[in-house]
Amino acid sequence: MQVDIRDVSHGFELEGAPLPVLDRVSFSAEPGSFVALLGPSGCGKSTLLRLLAGLDHPSSGGVAVGGVPVAAPDPSRILVFQDPTLFPWRTVWDNVALGLEAQGILGSNRARVDKVLELVGLKGFDKAYPHQLSGGMAQRVALARALVNEPRLLLLDEPLGKLDSLTRLAMQTELVSLWQRARLTALLVTHDVEEAIFLAERVIVFGPRPARIVADIAVDLPYPRHRGDPRLAELRQKVLQHLGLAATW
Amino acid sequence: MSTIDPTVAEVGDAAATTNYGRNISPVLLAAALAWAAAAGLIEYWPEIIPQPYGRELAAICLGVAVIAALTALSGTVFGRIASILRYYGPWLIVAAVILAVWEVLTAKTGILPVPFFSSPQSMLEVFFDDWERLGTSVAYSVLLLAKGYFFGALAGFVTGVTIGWSRSASYWVHPLLRLIGPLPATAWLPLAFFIFPTSGSASVFLIALATAFPVTILTWSGIASVNRDYYDIARTLGAKSSFLILKVAIPAALPHVFVGLFMGLGTSFAVLVVAEMLGVKAGLGWYLQWAQGWAAYNNMYAALLVMALMCSTLITALFRIRDWTLSWQKGLVRW
Ligand SMILES: Nc1ncnc2c1ncn2[C@@H]1O[C@H](COP(=O)(O)OP(=O)(O)OP(=O)(O)O)[C@@H](O)[C@H]1O
Ligand SMILES: [Mg+2]
Repeated sequence: MQVDIRDVSHGFELEGAPLPVLDRVSFSAEPGSFVALLGPSGCGKSTLLRLLAGLDHPSSGGVAVGGVPVAAPDPSRILVFQDPTLFPWRTVWDNVALGLEAQGILGSNRARVDKVLELVGLKGFDKAYPHQLSGGMAQRVALARALVNEPRLLLLDEPLGKLDSLTRLAMQTELVSLWQRARLTALLVTHDVEEAIFLAERVIVFGPRPARIVADIAVDLPYPRHRGDPRLAELRQKVLQHLGLAATW
Repeated sequence: MSTIDPTVAEVGDAAATTNYGRNISPVLLAAALAWAAAAGLIEYWPEIIPQPYGRELAAICLGVAVIAALTALSGTVFGRIASILRYYGPWLIVAAVILAVWEVLTAKTGILPVPFFSSPQSMLEVFFDDWERLGTSVAYSVLLLAKGYFFGALAGFVTGVTIGWSRSASYWVHPLLRLIGPLPATAWLPLAFFIFPTSGSASVFLIALATAFPVTILTWSGIASVNRDYYDIARTLGAKSSFLILKVAIPAALPHVFVGLFMGLGTSFAVLVVAEMLGVKAGLGWYLQWAQGWAAYNNMYAALLVMALMCSTLITALFRIRDWTLSWQKGLVRW
């Protein structure tokens, strides 16, 4: 789905003082594209995803998905939160089934839940409760909970942040193949520069709060990519420069 | 809450983790001896004033001794009952000692004089001779309590969810709750008996009132303290308000609701007894009142014991319901 963000500004109030978070941010993402959002901590990346999900409304500017202005949350665009935030009273299976149940279509789609649990490697844990999972497993459940709804736009807020590096690499590859298979549009917020350029077709770099776009870099490499590719290293250097961290590398 | 009801968790644990095998339990054996000794003491030490049912009491003690001895010698043949008995072995010993001391102080020496203190066999006498009246009293009490508690818990739960969910409901209900809630339900007693057509319906109302207040407050605070992210997540997944209330807010608030249900049950006992004493001419409260009128202190002690058993059984039942409903919490909080 086409994503259009036009002149979006947004802010909060913190102890009575206004806190501008997004400052006239504009960009568009083609349907079916994979865009990574990079930026310093606290710059407003999660805030932007919440606007796209329809959970909050921008103070000014417009957000549209698929050509339609975003007014309310909708299961066609799903946000995977930074925290897994599973429902502790539901088993893994019931957590994943939440969306289908809420939409009243669980009855005919139970197999989808099993399939997606297998996809994230949690087969056999369907009866476990969230407190019985590791941090990484919980995050995979959160991912499965989004994927089972077959969203057209997937908003990922550091979904791999809590995974160990091995699982992380495996899940990155899994994400790419999932995105290609499902032909969905993916917006991925991450702290990890390598992850961004390995996964995305395009990396948008934000400056410190209030967030403004400081760079918009196309990663013009075909999939499947190889982590050792020298062009990735080059791109990484370029992105780090925009983040003001080039000196350390 | 873990301290109030250790039986559920700890007996289960003890049964699960300790493999008693077929070995002999020395503690239970000692308990069997203690109960046998109590039986001997009751049978052979003459009473200061002869009382009926001394022999029956001794027989019961002997029965306990035999069961304890059998369990002690038979390992886990009796299954779960055996592990529960073994777990309470030390308590069995202490109970035998308490019974013996009580018997000596009352029936055998009269240090604690009649009629103000009852001997064990005189309480047994009440159970044997007045069980019919005691039984119907328990039935009346449980029925009255069940009606009042059910309506009170239901009303409290619905009110709590409503004001926890809706700002405007909270705006209108909160001040009323603030004003009327803390008032002890028994203060309404004269008015309730005047307004309601029967003392029975008045009592149901009072018990419901006493139950509803804590249930309302805790349900409300439970709903209000639900992590907002749960709602956001459910909404992005396509949830409508009804789903948010029924499948997100209420399950998340349930641990609080149960605290309210426990508190409500506690206060409802108090109201039940008062209502029965002053209004309804039935139930354990009325039995106590009646026994006092006839200076039948034995009956009073017996009724108190029955009432204690009834209340603790109801509390235990509520614990079981909670354990079953909130089984997902196991391992998350200390039980
Ligand atoms: N509900 C809120 N109320 C007040 N301030 C908020 C709220 N949500 C976010 N903020 C502020 O907005 C700023 C941006 O927050 P946001 O969560 O979007 O950052 P982020 O870019 O996702 O950071 P990180 O990479 O660390 O997750 C922060 O300074 C934060 O304090
Ligand atoms: Mg964030």
